[in-house]
Amino acid sequence: MSFSSESESISLARRHRKAKLFSMFCGMVTWSGVVLLAVLLYQVSIDGFRWLDWQFIDSFPSRFPERAGIKSALVGTIWLISLVALISIPVGVCTALYLEEFAGKGKISKIIEVNIANLAGVPSIVYGILGLAIFVRYMALERSLVSGALTMSLLILPVIIIASREAIKTVPMSIRYAAYSLGATKWQTAWAHVLPASFPGIMTGVILALSRAIGETAPLIMIGALTFVAFLPEGPMDSFTALPIQIYNWVSRPQQEFHELAAAGIIILLSVLLLMNATAIYIRNKTERRLK
Amino acid sequence: MAKEMQADTTVAGQSSVLKATSSISLSKARWGESAIKIWLALCAFVSVVTTAAIVILLFSETLNFFESVSPAEFFFGTTWTPLFEPSSFGVLPLIWGTMLVTIGAAIIAIPTGLASAIYLSEYASDRVRKIIKPVLELLAGIPTVVYGYFALTFVTPALRNVFPDIQVFNALSAAIVVGIMILPMVATLSDNALRAVPISLRQGAYALGATSYEVTTRVVVPAGLSGVMASFLLAISRAIGETMAVTLAAGQTPNMSLSMFESIQTMTAYIVQVSLGDTPTGGIAYQTLFAVATLLFVITLVINIVSQIILNRFREVYD
Repeated sequence: MSFSSESESISLARRHRKAKLFSMFCGMVTWSGVVLLAVLLYQVSIDGFRWLDWQFIDSFPSRFPERAGIKSALVGTIWLISLVALISIPVGVCTALYLEEFAGKGKISKIIEVNIANLAGVPSIVYGILGLAIFVRYMALERSLVSGALTMSLLILPVIIIASREAIKTVPMSIRYAAYSLGATKWQTAWAHVLPASFPGIMTGVILALSRAIGETAPLIMIGALTFVAFLPEGPMDSFTALPIQIYNWVSRPQQEFHELAAAGIIILLSVLLLMNATAIYIRNKTERRLK
Repeated sequence: MAKEMQADTTVAGQSSVLKATSSISLSKARWGESAIKIWLALCAFVSVVTTAAIVILLFSETLNFFESVSPAEFFFGTTWTPLFEPSSFGVLPLIWGTMLVTIGAAIIAIPTGLASAIYLSEYASDRVRKIIKPVLELLAGIPTVVYGYFALTFVTPALRNVFPDIQVFNALSAAIVVGIMILPMVATLSDNALRAVPISLRQGAYALGATSYEVTTRVVVPAGLSGVMASFLLAISRAIGETMAVTLAAGQTPNMSLSMFESIQTMTAYIVQVSLGDTPTGGIAYQTLFAVATLLFVITLVINIVSQIILNRFREVYD
């Protein structure tokens, strides 16, 4: 009797020790992710900081590292993202409104729903091939900003639609009933009440989707944006380069100086992304507070 | 009295005017209403058209490709040299390269991702969660070209210190950064799945005297297994479709080497390689692009669909 209780207490202690070790292991693994991010950011800033000055931002790419800059890439990215926003936000939000407010629960909306979920999982390079075949070659838009923007818009549409639908779902039914009871039509209700109420959520999703578009490289390479561009695009039909493309170009060169230039470019790219993410989180927190 | 009458008639007059305009604007609104509805439906249709375009384009060009290259050579051939003579179109080396990187990435990301998810859902305090969650979101938001830079300038040199005979471009470095890349996805999605397990199950197990380790491994993880498995599959599909980091880190040498120390080529890296050159439309090299892309599309689609089936069919519903 005493023997068995002793062994039980040993095994109990062992079990608790195991639990303790396990929790510590899981914690360590998780925190190493944080450390990893810190190491990555530290490494990049050490490599690139030396090159980061106004001359870098205000110069065109060049064969000589000390004269090279990201002016055309930065302007190209701003053009691209503006066009992508113009195309993808209306289409994405309208799709979400249609699915949530108008379509009902029929077979067609089910098909569209499954379809969007699957599109979200298609590798970005496949969108690149689609853009190359349809926009660049078939529609003969050449390797222009429009081709890039259309391709990118198709890529981020599923993200915008899914996020917008989630935001629209959180709008309480009572708001809609109130509008209907005053004689508003479905569209008047959707436009004047549902959309404003879900606006912060939609904005958060849109900003995150656009920040994904800013960082995407593969589709742009596919449609042929990887060229030496030492001029600024003046209209949507001009050819262009973009930040991630310029970074890829510099990384793929063997010289150390170009790697450091790539690091400087990465600092700028990550700063832009961080700013956008921070804005999204700020909007999210602010509206959470308001709803309470 | 007369004043009252007057007031009455004006009110009546006003209301009749109001009625007239409102009925006009109502019918107008109804006309606009259906126009808007059609417009919204068209927007929703864009995504259907996109899918149709992808499928039709990929499959028709692949069929063209199979007119000049037999499917048997494509699927079972072991040499991939489509861009120079003597050309050979066996896609197995590309699949092998993709598998090598994906399996390596999964070996890194799945255990660590699951451990992070367990920590986040079972052990971490709310304050710690508020720090870790945004960090994971940030890690997930870093563009893949940055991971490519990280692989070339940080991981590969570090590996060369340990294994001096490793090549500059190698599968191991690519696998490591892709593993880091998909880790946040595994962690976040699994965390959501584990947190959806009701607290009463944990309380029941604790009441029977189980330790936190036993509760986690024998109750919580099995209960959330469908979501956890789905997160693994989605991450694997993401790794297969990953392009820039692999292109930069693993190189452009299609082969079927067993060694992670050598340069390989993935399906995605091949697609990038072709598109960087000046490939004329309609040539056989241009068609290989679609054949490889179709393969990539089908593989990722199948994995995504399987993960959705697992989610829907094996989800435990607790009320």
